[in-house]
Amino acid sequence: MSIQFYDKKFKDTVKENLEDDFMRGAVSAAQNRLHNGRLKAVEELGDWEQWRNHGQEIRQNVLKHLDYYLNELATNVEKAGGHVFFAKDGDEANTYIRQVARDKGAKRVVKSKSMVTEEISLNEALEKEGCQVLETDLGEYILQLEGDKPSHIVAPSLHKNKDQIKEVFVDQLAYPSEASSEAGPLARHVRTILRDEFLQADLGITGCNFGVADSGSICLVTNEGNAGLVTTIPKTHIAVMGMERLVPSMKELEVLVNMLTRSAVGQKMPSYVNIITGPKRAEEVDGPEEFHLVILDNGRSNILGGDFQEVLQCIRCGACVNTCPVYRHIGGHSYNSIYSGPIGAVLTPLLAGYDDYKELPYASSLCGACTDACPVKIPLHELLRKHREVIVEKEGKAPIAESAMMKMFEIGASSSPLYRFGTKIATKAVKPFTKNNKITKGPGPIKAWTDVRDFPAPKEERLRDWFDQREKGEKNNGKNGIFTKFSEPTAKTT
Amino acid sequence: MERTAFLQNLANQLQRPLNTTEKPVNDWAFKPIEKHYSVMNEQQLVEALEQQCKNIHTDVVKTTSENLAKTLHEVVAKYGEGPVSIWDDPRFIQHGCQTLLDETWPAEKRTIHKWDAEQSRDRNFANANEAKVGVAFSEYCLTESGTVVLYSAKGAGKAVGLLPYAFVAVVPKSTILPRMTQAAEAIQKRVDAGEILPHAIDFVSGPSNSADIEMKLVVGVHGPVEATYIILEDC
Repeated sequence: MSIQFYDKKFKDTVKENLEDDFMRGAVSAAQNRLHNGRLKAVEELGDWEQWRNHGQEIRQNVLKHLDYYLNELATNVEKAGGHVFFAKDGDEANTYIRQVARDKGAKRVVKSKSMVTEEISLNEALEKEGCQVLETDLGEYILQLEGDKPSHIVAPSLHKNKDQIKEVFVDQLAYPSEASSEAGPLARHVRTILRDEFLQADLGITGCNFGVADSGSICLVTNEGNAGLVTTIPKTHIAVMGMERLVPSMKELEVLVNMLTRSAVGQKMPSYVNIITGPKRAEEVDGPEEFHLVILDNGRSNILGGDFQEVLQCIRCGACVNTCPVYRHIGGHSYNSIYSGPIGAVLTPLLAGYDDYKELPYASSLCGACTDACPVKIPLHELLRKHREVIVEKEGKAPIAESAMMKMFEIGASSSPLYRFGTKIATKAVKPFTKNNKITKGPGPIKAWTDVRDFPAPKEERLRDWFDQREKGEKNNGKNGIFTKFSEPTAKTT
Repeated sequence: MERTAFLQNLANQLQRPLNTTEKPVNDWAFKPIEKHYSVMNEQQLVEALEQQCKNIHTDVVKTTSENLAKTLHEVVAKYGEGPVSIWDDPRFIQHGCQTLLDETWPAEKRTIHKWDAEQSRDRNFANANEAKVGVAFSEYCLTESGTVVLYSAKGAGKAVGLLPYAFVAVVPKSTILPRMTQAAEAIQKRVDAGEILPHAIDFVSGPSNSADIEMKLVVGVHGPVEATYIILEDC
């Protein structure tokens, strides 16, 4: 897999996805669950804005001093007995990794979930080397069986239902056709099958959530236990790290791991946070005998020092994806990139160029919900606006008007950043900003909207109920038609 | 690509000379502090830990050093028949588990696989893989998230916490901390003192899980399916 899924026009991928009713329902449900989980986890921690400010300053500090920290990381990895390779692009990274596989005579490769290795098509490169490459994250494994593509940064197989998954298991994994199609038995079946694969693997490949510069460690964050097995059983471990994914020390690591897991899935901590420093020690039995860290640029340095530098603050939590009304409607595959949602719309054109992705920055209503959700305060909707400026300057005109885009997405009154206000609080929350029953200067989440258009003030009803009604496709009664100026309500049942 | 050229390119992009020698000053403007767990006393921490463990499908059993062998025997029995995979760690002996390991379990025909640095890795993996229960000793335990912290070492195989059906960790009460902040500080002290960290420091919070199929939580995926923490109240 590369960063791009299909050789198709944006509007065609969107159209196909809009017709996938299961996917659209699954995306809505997942968004609700992840979004609500995040809100709860963030509230529990307290002082979230302070944490966001701190997360932002850590990430900005790292980018500002990236040469220093990367050198420190590399020096310390080597001190702990590891090997470090700096790769300018995917080709250099893949060539190096293939060479390691060849040197070790590795044929059976197990991987834990890694976006960056998908970005550089590492699996295909290793297959050319004669290796069998297995994804071991449950969602990724399901996708790999079918040659399907991820549709969400942290929940890659979100668009598939359990019956489809069971069918694949019956066809390919000797899962009994009379057995249950519930998640538990399906997952347990994979546990049994992959356990043997883990035990026979000779090369383990992971991504890297964070490198830790002053200890020379890498940190992996998972729930399934697969990253632990990938970095314990094979004799060689190769970690591939996007060059910006590091922190100065354990103290900042702790802050960002905490913010990552709360923002991603609403967990205080995931089941496994593995901090790995070099290969196993001589006297130890398990863990890799050889550890390689591949530090990858692949277009990231072009972003550094420029107008889009803040996108490199990203810690890949997916909170922006889970809050985006456009993603909710069109699903992950529409973005035609391994990076979907608002972060994908900003990052993909930077890494893969405008030629194939000039429509992506228009796949946003610029509502700013993504920016508000981001734990490290990337101004995502501002960066999307910046992309549009660049594109217009380059092309002389916008490739598609925002209103036409929204119409294509079938986004009418059924989605709004206001769905984040789950209770009657909304009415009170916006009251100070209300003038003649219109909200002219909205707080936080709706500020970006009211900067460009006025909202009618919500009535004394639960906003969530109101939103649910819209989801069911009820016609706008004219009183609460938030987007009537923007586009006619065309909500349909999802 | 050669390291210096790679880093020089970054410096060029940042429009300043290359810096690999002068450590940046991290004088953070924001210093958020968690205020709930971080102010708890020892007893409150234990209670909050027990509560959190319910959320992460993990049993908690409290005992004393003197009674660890009895408690461990009971906990393992709860998971049914099958071998036990256990770290070769002097702390088990210090807390009175010698007889359990050498006599009680063998007398019940329960196989004991002590992690064995003299044996091959494949032998150790095969032993851990067939085990019903893996038993490890925790360095720190984090109340907020119900996390045990495991350090890899010669007798402390990582596979013991990953391959068996159930995972059991022994937690001295004095090692219970509010949250990851305090554990990170302790680890950072070792880094600041110039130590190279253990190969693996694993923060483990209960059994493995996944929600990759229709967002339904499945407990027990690639790692353990069940977990118990045994707290030593007098240690």
